[in-house]
Parts: sequence; structure tokens; C-alpha cells
Amino acid sequence: MILGVSLVVAVLVGTGLFLTLRERSFETILGLSLLTYAANVLLFASGGLVAGSAPILHSAEPMPDPIPQALVLTAIVISFAMTAFVLVLALKSWYAMDTDGVDGEEP
Amino acid sequence: MSAWMLGPVLIPAISAVILLFLARRSIGVHRFVSVIGTLSGVGVSLGLLLTTLDGTRSVVSMGDWPVPFGIVFVVDRLSATMLVLTGLVALGALGAALRGWDERGRNFHALFQFQLMGVSGAFLTGDIFNLFVFFEILLISAYGLLLHSGGKERIRAGLRFVILNLVGSTFFVIALALVYGSTGTLNMAALSAGSWSGPVWQVAMGLLLVVFGLKAAAVPLHFWLPESYSAAPAPVAVLFAVLTKVGLYAIIRVYGLSVGLDALTPVIFGAGAVGIIVGAVGALASRGMREMVGWLVIGSVSTAMLAIGVGGPEGLSAALYYALHSTLVTGALFLLAEIVTEQRSGDSLESGPRLSRHAMVSGLFLLAAMEFAGLPPTSGFVGKLSVLTATAPGAGPGWIAVILVGGLLALITLSRAGSALFWNVDDAQSSTGPVPVTQLLPVVWLLGLSLALMVFSGPVLDFLGDAASQALDTHTYARDVLSTVGGRE
Repeated sequence: MILGVSLVVAVLVGTGLFLTLRERSFETILGLSLLTYAANVLLFASGGLVAGSAPILHSAEPMPDPIPQALVLTAIVISFAMTAFVLVLALKSWYAMDTDGVDGEEP
Repeated sequence: MSAWMLGPVLIPAISAVILLFLARRSIGVHRFVSVIGTLSGVGVSLGLLLTTLDGTRSVVSMGDWPVPFGIVFVVDRLSATMLVLTGLVALGALGAALRGWDERGRNFHALFQFQLMGVSGAFLTGDIFNLFVFFEILLISAYGLLLHSGGKERIRAGLRFVILNLVGSTFFVIALALVYGSTGTLNMAALSAGSWSGPVWQVAMGLLLVVFGLKAAAVPLHFWLPESYSAAPAPVAVLFAVLTKVGLYAIIRVYGLSVGLDALTPVIFGAGAVGIIVGAVGALASRGMREMVGWLVIGSVSTAMLAIGVGGPEGLSAALYYALHSTLVTGALFLLAEIVTEQRSGDSLESGPRLSRHAMVSGLFLLAAMEFAGLPPTSGFVGKLSVLTATAPGAGPGWIAVILVGGLLALITLSRAGSALFWNVDDAQSSTGPVPVTQLLPVVWLLGLSLALMVFSGPVLDFLGDAASQALDTHTYARDVLSTVGGRE
């Protein structure tokens, strides 16, 4: 399972970085979203991925680490607020400059 | 005591919430609440500084959780110094904003208070995920403040600033995941108490260096600064000068505690040395005064990084003094650039109409330029001298040439700017309106603080030397934090 999760994170980061470096603001924002998803999946995986463990402490069964779950919640909230903000900003930029190029010029 | 330690974070937070509730009231009410909040925050920070004078390191654990599991706030000399710097610079920025900048958009004062909350929290926290959260608070307020009052240039620069910092934040989260995965803890003291190794840990540390270097505008991560700072409103640019110091502080704290600064010395030293030259050349090439000051900020941060990279308490204390002085002086230069921009409808460094109150403005610019270039007996001279005396035995006398060449280029830049703006006046053109005294007061405040830094440079350098030794003393940090009694009795 670790291999699958690592591949997912790798694909998300690669795609996210590629899109972030594009010239149009919408593609950039999509790339930023993918990057934040990658970071969140990695955060969740950092606590150790134990298959079939109990969600609540129950006698001798292995329990998943609760701290990465808290970290992921915080990171998800922060990243969705930032994504909302950057979307509105990109829209405002499009209205102000009649183009959605990140450099302010038509790519 | 523990309640007062939360003051620098809680007071701006409460002020910001009050300001949001009063959002529909007049700007006078906003200004009143904001000024009261900032003054109280400065007062509490000064109080915290006084408690650290004898070397006490105060620790409070949120919710009284046992220490490696809870989030801790730690106040020692270094944190208290940075808190006081933030508060004093914030007073100058607020004074500059009260003149009219705060009316040009909405919720300026609430964003300003949230920014102060984020910066203070970043200086106080002892947990790296909490550091991330406070970084985000200060970043989102910075986005709002940068975009304040709008306009095409500001929106364009703002979009690029936001995108870049979102990438940086994502890298921060990835690094935190790797740190937690390889060590199992996020508490800075617990990280310093253990010895970690392995590729995951090394990658995490490298990524953290990239993130903090991005915030501190270390070369080669400096490209965003001149554009963003020249687009920002002037009081916001003054406050942004503190943000780069947050990046420097994070490097000192996180690296100093986790791996020890010695591991990073070549990288930080190299980035600092290259950055001094890059900042000086960039300032020489600038067409406008605000862009020039932005490049000078890069040069000053790089000088501080070079001093940190020398290693040892002498280098670190020189870096701290230089960081304090350069924040004040570059803040004053940004406000002077605003005066020039308003008077001439533009800040390009060429001849133009004579400014009103010409003698006063040009005198302040001369003082600021002398301070930045490091002419004796100003605080810039003391700062540069400390950096030079720390570098010579630590890294070799050849590196002094880099610092001096950078200083020479900065001197050339500032004298060229000064003569273009204040000597080559074209009396045929006329400037727009008089310069009110209230516009000059924040400049006088910031330059007055740097003059105080000069007059009291002896005691300040002694204190910063103690602060540097305390910051590098990771064993007592770990002992003090991890032995704090937490949990219910």
C-alpha cells in the first residue's frame, strides 16, 4: 500500500508542479490544488499506513496515529481557504487586465 | 506569567475580531481600536523582553498538555527581541497608514492586526506545525494588505506573490509530513533532544531550508521581492520588511534546534555572499526608488545570512543587530519613497520637480542612506563592523571584500538616487501639494529608533550576544521545554 500511496503523491506533485508553471491563471490554480492534495495525502501517510486497524483505541489492536489526521484537517482547511482566495484574485485579475495570463499579458 | 506570554498573539487577534464586528463603523473607530491594540501589544512585548534580561526562558504549554504532545510557546531573548522589533515597526507602519491609506480599501486595520498576530505567533511558537499555521495567518493577511486599495499593478503583483507563496506553503506541509514521518514528533525541543538521520530526514530539512529561504528572500529565492514590495502600499511595505526577518528567525530556530546551524553553514554563507552582490547590483539597476529599496532589502537579508553562516555566537549576534537596524532603515526608506511618489506622481530616479519641505525630506533621506551604507557613527556602521569582525576570524579575511564591495555598491546606488531626486531638481516643474508633517513623523520614528540603536549599541550588542549564545544553546532549550510540568495535577 505504501507503494501505491507514494505513486499517487508523486503523480500529484508532478502534475501539480507542471500545471503551476503554466501561463494561464486557471491552470496555475488547478496545479496548486493538486499540489495541496499531494501534501495532504503525504501528511496522512506520514503516520504510518496500517491496514485493518481499529479507528478507536480498543484493547491490543494497533491503532492508527491520530496526529497526522489532525494535521491533515488543519492543512485541508488552510489550503481550501487559500484556493478560494486565489480563485477570486485570479477572477479580479482577469477583470482588471482583460486577460487571464499570470504575467498580466496575453500568453 | 503564562497568560502574558500569549499576549502578543491574543491582543492583535482580539483587536482584529473587534474590528471585524465594527466593520461598518467609521474609520475613526477602526483607527482607535487598532492603535490601542498595537500599543498594548508593544507594551506586552517590552514586558516579555524585560523578563528575559536575566536569561529566563519562559515556557507555556497550551491547555496544559504534557509537553512533547502539546503545543508550547517559548519566550527567550531572541524571541523577545524579534517581538519588540515587530511591535515598534508596526507602530511606524500604523502611523503611516493613518494618514489615509487605511481608507482606500476595506478592513485594513483588521488585516493589519491579523498580520501582527501571525508574526508574533511565529516568533513565539515552539512547535513546527504551529509555525506553519502562524505562517499561513501572516501570509493571508499579507495577501490582503498587499492588494489593499487595488489597481492593476497591485493586482498583477499580488497574484504572482500569492501563487509563489502557496507553492512555498505546500512545500512546508510536505516537509512537515516528512519530519513527522521520520521522527514522530513536531515539537522543536523534542527534535533537538533526539539525533535523527536517514534520507527522509535530510530531504525534510532541505525542503524546510527552501521554504524559509523563500520567506527570507535568500538568493536564489529572491526574485519575488522587488516586484511585490514596489507594488505594496507604503505602510504595508514597511511591515513586510519584518516578514523577511521571520524567515531568518525560522532558519535560526528550526535549524539551530534540529540539526545545529553548523550543518548549514556553507549553504547559508554562500547564499549570503552571493546575495550581497546580487542585491547591490539589482539596486544599481533599478529604475524606481521602491524597486531600489526592495533590492537593498535583499542585500541586507543576505548580509545577515552571511553573518549567521559564519557560525558561532559572534556571527549570530552581528546578524541580529544588522537585521534590527536594516528593518528600521529600509522601512524608513519605503516611507520616503512614498513621499517622493506622491510628490512627483512616480518614483523614477531621474530629475524632477523640487519636493516641498525639501530640506527635511532630503535630510531624512541622507540620514537613512548614511545608515544603510554604514557610514560612521550610525547604527549601520556598528552593524557592518560587527559583521566584518565576525567574518574575519570565522571565514577568512578574503570574504570581507564581498561585504565591502556590496557596501560600496549600495553607497553608489543611494548617492545616485539622492542626487537624482534631491539635487537635480528641475525648478520648471512643480510638485503636487505640500508634504504634511504627519507624513514625516513615521519616518522620524523609524530613523529615531535606529539612532537609539546607535547610541545604545554597546548594551544592545551585549544583550544580542547573550541572545545568540542562548539561542545556540540547544541543550538548555530542550531541558527547559521538556521539563515543563504539564497535565493536570
